[in-house]
Amino acid sequence: MHIKQETAERHTLAIVVDNEPGILARIAGLFTARGYNIESLTVSEITEDKSVSRITIVTSASAHVMEQVLAQLDRLVPVHTVTDLTATGEHVERELALVKVAGAGDHRIEALRLADVYRARVVDATTSSFVFEVTGGRDKIDKFVELMAEVGLVEVARTGIVAIGRGREAA
Amino acid sequence: MTTEMSGADILVQALRDLGVEVIFGYPGGAVLPIYDALFRQPEGPGRIRHILVRHEQAATHAAEGYARSTGKPGVVLVTSGPGATNAVTGITDALLDSIPMVVITGQVPTALIGTDAFQEADTVGITRHCTKHNYLVKDPAKLGGVIYEAFHIATAGRPGPVVVDIPKDVQVATARYAKPGPIQHKTYRPRVKAERSEIEAVVDLLAAAERPVLYTGGGIINSGPAASQLLRELARLTGAPVTSTLMGLGAFPASSPQWLGMLGMHGTYEANMAMNQADLIVALGSRFDDRVTGRLDAFSPNSRKVHIDIDRSSINKNVRVDLAVIADVGHALEDMVHVWKARQHPRPDLSEWTRRIDGWRAVKCLDFPEDGKAIMPQRAIRALHDATAARNPIITTEVGQHQMWAAQHFGFEAPNKWLTSGGLGTMGYGLPAAIGAQLGHPNALVIDIAGEASIQMNIQELGTASQYRLPVKIFILNNEYMGMVRQWQELTYASRYAESYSDSLPDFVKLAEAYGWKGIRIETMGELDDGIQAMLDHDGPVVVDCRVAKLANCFPMIPSGAAHTEMILQANEVSGEMDDEAKALV
Repeated sequence: MHIKQETAERHTLAIVVDNEPGILARIAGLFTARGYNIESLTVSEITEDKSVSRITIVTSASAHVMEQVLAQLDRLVPVHTVTDLTATGEHVERELALVKVAGAGDHRIEALRLADVYRARVVDATTSSFVFEVTGGRDKIDKFVELMAEVGLVEVARTGIVAIGRGREAA
Repeated sequence: MTTEMSGADILVQALRDLGVEVIFGYPGGAVLPIYDALFRQPEGPGRIRHILVRHEQAATHAAEGYARSTGKPGVVLVTSGPGATNAVTGITDALLDSIPMVVITGQVPTALIGTDAFQEADTVGITRHCTKHNYLVKDPAKLGGVIYEAFHIATAGRPGPVVVDIPKDVQVATARYAKPGPIQHKTYRPRVKAERSEIEAVVDLLAAAERPVLYTGGGIINSGPAASQLLRELARLTGAPVTSTLMGLGAFPASSPQWLGMLGMHGTYEANMAMNQADLIVALGSRFDDRVTGRLDAFSPNSRKVHIDIDRSSINKNVRVDLAVIADVGHALEDMVHVWKARQHPRPDLSEWTRRIDGWRAVKCLDFPEDGKAIMPQRAIRALHDATAARNPIITTEVGQHQMWAAQHFGFEAPNKWLTSGGLGTMGYGLPAAIGAQLGHPNALVIDIAGEASIQMNIQELGTASQYRLPVKIFILNNEYMGMVRQWQELTYASRYAESYSDSLPDFVKLAEAYGWKGIRIETMGELDDGIQAMLDHDGPVVVDCRVAKLANCFPMIPSGAAHTEMILQANEVSGEMDDEAKALV
């Protein structure tokens, strides 16, 4: 006997929650407990009094499982709203990465040239290294990191996706 | 200006203000201030009664039994560490069966949290996914509000267990307490009323259906006794036959000609065939559990499906439905009855459908062979029913064959009389649940129908019943096997009985007597009725060790992963070894 896998589609979710202790564990734990997958997760406070946080989760699931993910999140007591940005229309997704590159000579020059193409900023420099800050969609960052691998990539830190719907309405 | 009170006093006052009558608990270091506050309560009305169990798991099941039989939330008080971890099974049980319960756990002092202190466990971490919600209270000023909110969450919407973890220093520190007003929760607001148009759509479908089935579940019980009355009214108006899950038994009377019996894995032939052949299924407070549906791609293939449930996450979880209505099932039933009457719908002519159902009934799927010597377990259940029905007993069960036989053969007429562990299937549930039910109903006849294996999982609670003079009865169907395990081994593993024999059993009669109970042994058919009568005649707790046929199995049975139409009706259809796909199914 072999275990079967279902085909999955990528969805970006915006979850607005009460900023209480354990809320992240509650959300992340729901995903593991019910066998859902998390590709990336970001969280930060979004109100002045720090009472409310917004969590952005990128997940992949079949349509049937996706319906369950939304319903399960929605019934958690501290959850205000759950929005499937992928399903509700156009939205903007951005990620920030810090990319450390070390090297000398041509590699160093090429790294700077590529950074310019990708509108990456230098946020730290030594005579033998740079740290670039680059923002964009996931594909752009993937590509930038891939290119840096050829010119002395040392380390990458990525924030994961944050996303918001286009147009004037709130999610 | 009110004076300051200790956290422990605030807790006890809040519980009193909430009308809590009884707490099931076990003391320990991290809850000593709370126990002292309970001790110092003024005598007289409003004093909370504490029931000392013998193991924290039993406190949770007793609270479940109390809650399920009274409709009020059950309350549990346990200490930190092992007190809390022992409660986890009962908390999970309450989550799976949607039982309102508030569990207060002591915690090590705030400053010691995270230091691996004595009897420290990460209670909120451990219980995060087996509760509806949980809290760690670090400020006594917030304690009263949290307790009120905990009761609100436990009882509102789909009920469930809520844990409130209180560090010992928070129990001792002082703050002001004012009785909180009604809770208007800022995020948790379950929808209880359906739109009129949704209700009308359901009524349209019911009025037009030729082969309808009302498929009811524990949600009807949770909604309150009125929901059961409204279900009866709707069934009367529409003429639709009614089946129920294990958790919903009693919502519809078993004596009604419209009653199909329980459906699912050990459901009746008529219930499962009706589900299979229906053109409309209206699910009322039930959740299409895997025990109910059998193989999903063969589940009721030609029906339109309506699902009325208070929990959106139950919709389309296992079975896709054509119409979903998010509402409290009691409200939805009331609205359906109202719309049906307002439209003056005549009772549909379902005579053709009834005729087909009568054909399935004629199979007499619950019949069982008897040799006149050994007591068949089904016979024992029926005898117990016949001897007690007039007293409207509350029946609890453990988990296994005896549970299914009780569900099949003990006809339930009213809600809140059937307390069983459905979702989690927790052996050891029945005795503490009976204790909880007896406390909620001091004058009722409460019987735990047990197996000789399950009863040993919380057998220590004999002492609790003795201490509080609770006249609960335990009726053990003793076949010297973990019968359901053995049945599956016969079905799936060519009768290799790995560890399913109940070896080294105690003498249950002597054990009962050691705890101050009466013990009765029934060994032959001739002793059955007299033994039951002797149990009923004794004004106190009784253990009946009823020796039944050792190798009887529970039928009908839909094997895991099979369709409703692939029911096994008799033992001689069972044999052999199943393939790996079948072995992997639960």
